[in-house]
Amino acid sequence: MKRSLVLLACAAALGVSGCTKDVTPQIVQVAEADTGGSRRGDFGPPVGEPIRAVLTSPPHVPPPTNRNYPARVIVELEVTEVDMEIYEGVTYTFWTFGGTVPGSFIRVRQGDTVEFHLKNHPDSKMPHNIDLHGVTGPGGGAASSFTAPGHKSTFTFKALNQGLYVYHCATAPVGMHVANGMYGLILVEPPEGLRPVDREFYVMQGDFYTVGKYREKGHQPFDMQKAIDEHPTYVVFNGAETALTGPKALKAKTNETIRMYVGNGGPNLVSSFHVIGEIFDKVQYEGGTRYQENVQTTLIPAGGAAIVEFHTEVPGTYVLVDHSIFRAFNKGALAMLEVEGTQVPEIFSGKLQDEVYIGDKVANLAPVSAAVQASAQGKLTVAQQIEAGSALYKGTCSVCHQDDGAGLQNVFPPLAKSDYLMSDPQRAIEVVLNGLSGPVTVNGSTYNSVMPPMSQLNDDEVANILTYALNSWGNKGPAITAEQVAKVRATTKRSVGAAH
Amino acid sequence: MRSIALPSIAASLLLLGSPAEAAGTHVVSDAPLQITIPAGEFASVLPPAPGVKTVRVAAFRLDHTPVTNEQFARFVARHPEWRRDRVPRVFADDGYLSHWKSATEIEPGQRNQPVVHVSWFAASAYCEARGARLPTWHEWEYVAAASATEPDGRKDEQWRQNILAWYSKSARQPLPVVGKTPVNYYGVHDLHGVVWEWVDDLSAMLVSNDNRQQSEPDTLRYCGPGALSMEEKENYATLMRIAMLSSMQANYTSKTMGFRCASDLGPKQERIHEPLR
Repeated sequence: MKRSLVLLACAAALGVSGCTKDVTPQIVQVAEADTGGSRRGDFGPPVGEPIRAVLTSPPHVPPPTNRNYPARVIVELEVTEVDMEIYEGVTYTFWTFGGTVPGSFIRVRQGDTVEFHLKNHPDSKMPHNIDLHGVTGPGGGAASSFTAPGHKSTFTFKALNQGLYVYHCATAPVGMHVANGMYGLILVEPPEGLRPVDREFYVMQGDFYTVGKYREKGHQPFDMQKAIDEHPTYVVFNGAETALTGPKALKAKTNETIRMYVGNGGPNLVSSFHVIGEIFDKVQYEGGTRYQENVQTTLIPAGGAAIVEFHTEVPGTYVLVDHSIFRAFNKGALAMLEVEGTQVPEIFSGKLQDEVYIGDKVANLAPVSAAVQASAQGKLTVAQQIEAGSALYKGTCSVCHQDDGAGLQNVFPPLAKSDYLMSDPQRAIEVVLNGLSGPVTVNGSTYNSVMPPMSQLNDDEVANILTYALNSWGNKGPAITAEQVAKVRATTKRSVGAAH
Repeated sequence: MRSIALPSIAASLLLLGSPAEAAGTHVVSDAPLQITIPAGEFASVLPPAPGVKTVRVAAFRLDHTPVTNEQFARFVARHPEWRRDRVPRVFADDGYLSHWKSATEIEPGQRNQPVVHVSWFAASAYCEARGARLPTWHEWEYVAAASATEPDGRKDEQWRQNILAWYSKSARQPLPVVGKTPVNYYGVHDLHGVVWEWVDDLSAMLVSNDNRQQSEPDTLRYCGPGALSMEEKENYATLMRIAMLSSMQANYTSKTMGFRCASDLGPKQERIHEPLR
């Protein structure tokens, strides 16, 4: 609307001075019309023969409608009550739309007339119905679709609003029907369709309440009290902790645009949906028309949905989580997307180095500088050496030899009460400066590993560390001086950069 | 509704006595034993009128188990108009007695299982033939509110959880035989955990099909939906039974819907069963 005003103003100006072509961009950008919602969603009566909708089980999404006219679309959805695994060895009686949790994905075009057939399997114990959030009409179809076991209900609606909508069962007690998995998504495409992408996935979160504890084996009944208290036992994507992990992980390749239709069935929790290692280039938040760009985490309300898109650059495994993170690691809200392709180190290098990092180094190393000062003045005492050596030992030596000098049996030799160390302090200087590889026997045990040269330490530091090691943890030995270290260093040939 | 009884039913009313009752044993025969239920008051999840919290139930008698396939087969033998191949579809849908071996024979394993795949019309006709009737919802709910030890066990979490556990079991599993669940306070078996059961006032059970519309209760129809307070969690278990009943029309049948009969207390009350203490 505003756009036409701009044009009018431009036309009026034409006669006077001629309209320059470079109308300032910010004026044009203001001019975005809304889609008109349901008022502009009726494109007239259905055209042509009725079309049978393609329904898909998660994580699959039906193909685009590829239509430019409104049609009569027949949807046949069967309700079944089935025992399935929510985790290995843990079964639960799910109530389903189409035999899966979430229920079958439905895809129509705005303006379509949907002829909905809800069938309740004769083996069902419960009556069921469906409330589609994409329906304009009382109850979203709930009352019109209330169906006893072994019966079928039919109703029609016109999909007036475009968007991604949750559907769910609304039979009493509604909370229990939803908690048992009775929800799914219906996509109402805009009349022009959605931009083509390389892959589309259907993912839906839900919370589950079982009498037994998390991962307690066996068949688990629904726990009403936990549901009322909103204390779920499981929070999962696509109805099971293992629905989208391991061999069932979602698969894609690098340089693809991925679109995910993400719903949240609830019944209780709001999802903080996040893909570890990706940034959503676009999020149609709440399943609506507009999109936000460059989003890390998007909120998906219970009974709501979002369309997220991202482009894959780097191969690897990307983890879908509810970033209310205990749900991901302690209740199952975790799924995998495996992206295949060649590494792109200029975008992501992978791990280059792993080094010890000592926090608050300055404060910790105060005794070291005190020792350096004392040494310069010729007043260094053994006590100062030990104190400085202790600070240096932590983080340099303790990673392998441990804080208590005990090492790790059969892996890293001990320094505490070590016959190898105490019998030859001179050799210890050489080991620190030059490293040691190959088998050694320490206190009767054989160790065969590699200690790198620690020649990055200066003579004072090596002297202090060794004095500390020779006089700690029950060891009683000599003090080592910087001069002794300097002598050894001078007699050792070492390639440049060998340190560490 | 009940005036539609087929002509032959009236003629046959006297044929089915209650020999088992006379014998005073628990032998399952033509009809289940009946237990006398003392009068009382209780809070129904479906109050009788707006603002009225309690329902008064007069003393009556109730079958101590659901009606079995064998019992129903004898009825069908005497009333062939209720055979599955003869009954008009307005009285019973296509599923009627579809689990039987034939129109007149049951499978041996079905003898003591509760009869299911029976319509409300068929269940009513059976009870009438015994000189009985289906219990009203309030009668059924009154007796079913009892736990093993209390006349009203509905606030007992375990009572509720047991019922919900049955709801979460698949209907694909075979039905149990009747009379195997522990008796409740009144000495009645199987009110929970076996089958759904028809009630006499089904038409009054038409709770709004969308139970969330609590602001527009239009009846029990007048008071039903408005009374279904979701906050009272102990009502959940009962509510699900109402939901099931309200999804059924009188000619519908289901794999898990059976029934039992009730009787008014006649002038002779020779078989009063003392409630268990």
